[in-house]
Amino acid sequence: MNDVRSFTLNVEYLTRVEGHGNIVVNVRTGVLEECRLEIVEAPRFFEGMLKGRSVFEAQHITSRICGICACGHTLASLQAAEAAIGLIPSPQTLRLRELLLHLENLDSHLLHIYLLAAPDLLGVPSFVPLITSHEPVVRRALRMKKTVNAVCDRFVGRHIHPITTVLGGFTRLPRPADLAAMADLLESLRPDMDATLELLSSLRFPNFERPTEYVALVSDRGEYPLLQGDIGSSEGARLPKTEYRRATNEFIVPHSTAKHTRWHQSSYAVGARARFNLNHAKLHPAARKAAEALGLQPPVHNPFLNTAAQFVECVHGLEETIQIVEEFRAKGLDYREEFTPGVNEQNRIPVRAGTGVGAVEVPRGLLYHDYEVDERGIIRRVNCIIPTGQNLNNIEHDMRAMVPILVAEGRKPEEIQLRLEMLVRAYDPCISCSAHFLKVQCVG
Amino acid sequence: MKPRIAFFDFACCEGCQLQVANLGEALLDVLKLVDVVEFREVMSEKWAGPLDIAVVEGSITTKEAVERIEKIRARSRILIAYGSCATIGGVNGMKNRSPLEEIRRTVYGEHAHTFPTIATRPVDQVVKVDYYVHGCPIWPPEFIEVLQAALQGVPCFPPDHAVCVECKLNENVCLYDKGVTCLGPVTRAGCNSWCTNNGNICYGCRGLVSNPNTKGAMDVLARYRIPLELVLNKMSMYNACREQGKTP
Repeated sequence: MNDVRSFTLNVEYLTRVEGHGNIVVNVRTGVLEECRLEIVEAPRFFEGMLKGRSVFEAQHITSRICGICACGHTLASLQAAEAAIGLIPSPQTLRLRELLLHLENLDSHLLHIYLLAAPDLLGVPSFVPLITSHEPVVRRALRMKKTVNAVCDRFVGRHIHPITTVLGGFTRLPRPADLAAMADLLESLRPDMDATLELLSSLRFPNFERPTEYVALVSDRGEYPLLQGDIGSSEGARLPKTEYRRATNEFIVPHSTAKHTRWHQSSYAVGARARFNLNHAKLHPAARKAAEALGLQPPVHNPFLNTAAQFVECVHGLEETIQIVEEFRAKGLDYREEFTPGVNEQNRIPVRAGTGVGAVEVPRGLLYHDYEVDERGIIRRVNCIIPTGQNLNNIEHDMRAMVPILVAEGRKPEEIQLRLEMLVRAYDPCISCSAHFLKVQCVG
Repeated sequence: MKPRIAFFDFACCEGCQLQVANLGEALLDVLKLVDVVEFREVMSEKWAGPLDIAVVEGSITTKEAVERIEKIRARSRILIAYGSCATIGGVNGMKNRSPLEEIRRTVYGEHAHTFPTIATRPVDQVVKVDYYVHGCPIWPPEFIEVLQAALQGVPCFPPDHAVCVECKLNENVCLYDKGVTCLGPVTRAGCNSWCTNNGNICYGCRGLVSNPNTKGAMDVLARYRIPLELVLNKMSMYNACREQGKTP
């Protein structure tokens, strides 16, 4: 009757994740019968809202899909919009966008490592109890977050819903004083970064491995690809970003309202761990050193170590941002590129009908925006595929592999529940993003 | 006992909640004054009892959300609508411009029936709101000001003059002089003209002033030969819920 090997878990409103999701698990006499991650986010219909609006408004609106990765959506949106109307951004614009993407990953990863994931590893329900037990850690977390935010304030007006990033470039470029302040702020992060490495080295991540397929941008260029490149798989395949549908292969599963994706294997993972596995050799030497200190070696098959891979990317991102800022301090910025397009009232930017795809490595993985515009630059069709949407299938495969192991180890249901919550949180899911685009098809 | 405060999110991007985390170490000072009992985005703790202050982010877009916000209101002494989605409907309001059935089919195709939705409403079109923190995202100093007022039980009204006032004080070149339309002349100030300081236009995220100078705005449009349609389209980005008023 009260067989310890029979239990049901129903975690409603999963906490410490972006957006709303539930975990449902059903084990009967030691056999896993049901295991799923439900998405219960209120749909917001972004794709429908974009239809009929100017492509010059797409960045502003899609940035509002997600408060954590607003800069990520911004960059994917601009890439898709510019490709659709045939605009090629200047080298300065592209370099500054790389800077923004590094800052985005840095900010989001820090939030996840400290406020969303660390409480589990320290055995508390949130950062609040840590204020008493680990005050310096909490102070450091808030200080680092604030510092990255301050850099973004100087650079693009603010981190959440950046202001100056528009189709074609920037409405305001940082002044020499801004660049100097940004450099100081970034340098000030170094000691805290070392302390973060120490903290992470002292934490014990759960042991669980399940090899899967990893998907991330790849390129023949030297840099760790985040903003530009082709879609690559750990299975060796490579596709241009315009053919993203051949990589995502969205399909419907009966138990979930969210579409799942797969490529060569039954599921694939995107995100920091996938990027690390595919592009480890291109990381900054300091980041590779941090990976070594954390015992990370590609391929990393333990999903819990995504958090550690995120930290490795933080180290990489900090080095790269400092380098880019110093580069512009040395050679200066071309302020003639500053301009305010509005909705292109003055027709200063030539517009043509076309389609364009943006593929950008945002904190949680590969994000696609795909727009079709008419000859006036009015959006006719939108498709977005969000990293968390791609990870859902992989998370469920992990859950299905992990639960029987935990049951066999004789773990109590509440331990299993916590472990599953930790697993989902390790992917740093952004459910509010994924749910907005549980797209089935786009009707003309 | 410290006042009990909780954060709740409805349809939104959760960016305004994140602005709380972005307060940095100042957040610890705030936490000395209040007892945060629920904040799903960053805390696993939950609380079902009475609240002194409920901070509500997001728009009301489903039947379940209506029930949930009514329950939150019933157990909260003070309710703060937090961020554009909650105060004016925000970008979620754009949905209301097309027939709901049509927009559902556009996004979810044949599976539209599994995504029930109702017209987007700001929180005060469903329950009583005591304080407002406008903006997309919120301007953190304004949140601290409102929180202080709420804790002391004194009223706090957002400014009711146009963003242009702040923009002029910040000595920005008028966007109309650059040939682009800007909603500054009709939008409620209080953000310290955040966007125009950074060279972009005002998108009206804080809602319109209670008595917008439409005649003056028309004059400006005529002077710069800007089609009204462009401005109306822009105005609908954040303010589409404005006209529907208080419906059940």
